[in-house]
Amino acid sequence: MGADPEAQFHVLAVDDSLIDRKLIERLLRTSSYQVTTVDSGSKALQVLGLMEGQDISSPASTDKNQIEVNLVITDYCMPGMTGYDLLKKIKGSSNLKDIPVVIMSSENVPSRINRCLEGGAEEFFLKPIQVSDMIRLRLFMLKGRLKEQQQSQQQENNITTGGSSSNSNNINKRKAMDEGLSPEKRRPRFSGNGLALVSYEEI
Amino acid sequence: MESSDLQRRYIDFTSTLFREGFLDSQYTQLQQLQDESNPEFVTEVVTLFFQDSEKLQDDLTRTLDQEVVDFKKVAAHVHQLKGSSASIGAQRVKNVCMAFRICCEEMNREGCLGCLQQARQEYFLVKSKLETVFRLEQQIVAGGGSIPTMW
Repeated sequence: MGADPEAQFHVLAVDDSLIDRKLIERLLRTSSYQVTTVDSGSKALQVLGLMEGQDISSPASTDKNQIEVNLVITDYCMPGMTGYDLLKKIKGSSNLKDIPVVIMSSENVPSRINRCLEGGAEEFFLKPIQVSDMIRLRLFMLKGRLKEQQQSQQQENNITTGGSSSNSNNINKRKAMDEGLSPEKRRPRFSGNGLALVSYEEI
Repeated sequence: MESSDLQRRYIDFTSTLFREGFLDSQYTQLQQLQDESNPEFVTEVVTLFFQDSEKLQDDLTRTLDQEVVDFKKVAAHVHQLKGSSASIGAQRVKNVCMAFRICCEEMNREGCLGCLQQARQEYFLVKSKLETVFRLEQQIVAGGGSIPTMW
């Protein structure tokens, strides 16, 4: 699955509140992202699991038959499947685990935030979401796209050189990138190396 | 000129709303998200808030009216109301919801009923004020003027 470097980013937004869905959709569109909104985790999984030929609004690309989602942004508190449950399902799927997931919540609960970050969320936003939060999404999606490109490059290398991979080089490059992208100190900070919360700044 | 009178009235009225805490910066965010491609964005979101809030208040009344009150359910409704009021910048309604939530945690029915009454009052206040804002905006536009930006 090659990534078109020029394609618009496609964000899947999950929230059971109609008002918040409308808001997040506007925020995302203002940032020039393509948007699909759903009102539950199970619907989100449906969208993510869609294969060829399915019809859905806001497709990422008309060239491919597969819906490509570059980032999932989900509310935490939802009836049925919570945002955390959705996160775990995405990270637990071999197909979907590399899709960056961001969690939003109106509640500032450190243990909740920790849990989500440890579960693989890129970041945790407090509601109401701001325009400036949208810029951070771009970082995660760019990282994701770069990773994808590196992976498909690696596959090519493996085929041509017969298996001796430049794995360690790629890992070092990614690590350097991660450190270069250290987030501003107004949100919980998560260390890219370990699973421990490095610091948590009050806003 | 009528247009500039209206504009002045608009500026005075909306400044007061912010000063008196009816609206907070989140409302300004909504205004900033509105543009030529989405000229009705604010009224659309606020209308959703009106509909959502009135339904929630009915739900809350019903839930608190039961023989045995399900405080988890009450808290869930309050959480929703808090969320949507925060999302549009209806600060006073949001603040009542925060107190309301504590009454739920304490399983204090009387307290909850008091909070519900307060929430209702604040809601109808902000509703009528927002309707005035929209009316002024319509009048300004109808008169050929432009709506002053408040930021």
